[in-house]
Amino acid sequence: MRIVAVCGVGVGTSAILKTNAERALDRLGLSADVSASGLADIAAAAADAQVILTSTELADEVRRAVGRSYAEIVEVVNYFDVEEIGEKLEASIG
Amino acid sequence: MTSIPPLPDTAVVLGARVDDWRAAVREAGRALTRSGATRSEYADRMIGVIEEFGAYVVIAPGLALAHARPGSDVRREGLAVVTLADAVPFGHPHNDPVRVVIGLAVSNAEDHVASVAQLANAFNDTGIVGRLARATTADEVRGLLGVDAASAETGAGA
Repeated sequence: MRIVAVCGVGVGTSAILKTNAERALDRLGLSADVSASGLADIAAAAADAQVILTSTELADEVRRAVGRSYAEIVEVVNYFDVEEIGEKLEASIG
Repeated sequence: MTSIPPLPDTAVVLGARVDDWRAAVREAGRALTRSGATRSEYADRMIGVIEEFGAYVVIAPGLALAHARPGSDVRREGLAVVTLADAVPFGHPHNDPVRVVIGLAVSNAEDHVASVAQLANAFNDTGIVGRLARATTADEVRGLLGVDAASAETGAGA
């Protein structure tokens, strides 16, 4: 299972999203390889990913940047809310 | 392992009065410059990221993580915290208005991901933004974020 956390420039908020996604997966007893990426690299980074995690604000741009992909785009509102991230991940991969 | 950047007193501004999000981000940029982490142009690049990608940097209710790509205007990794006397909207549909702006500067992308990931250890708690917004001293802010005022000297090869 591969999950990619995406932000605009790939060096800031995606790292927080990655960390809290790993925390959420831990709590759910799931394991996955979570990486962080920016919009510019997302097409390559998401090629073999099942889930793309991003901000609601960026979801449309991510969709455009990814193009055709099997990955499901999961939108996170509050990056600090491990429960929100967990529920959304569980709904997506569970 | 890369450690989280330090947060000296010069990089903390409590109760700043700003009229809009640009002024809030500029305040964080000034704090980064004052602490020696960036040149003043970095503030414009942080504003540019938000102009380009929108308000996604408002990553939790009331908190913006202002940052830009590494560049020549970054002298060294740095962190700044600005709390606002009056919250301002950044244009985020769910997480506005913003009460706390964290400014972040890093010199290379890999460091950035590592240090921000460490910062995220403080950010798995939805109550942290309110506590940061109410902080009255730089020490209190450092305690909430789990950061030091100066770089910890970790011997060679650490």
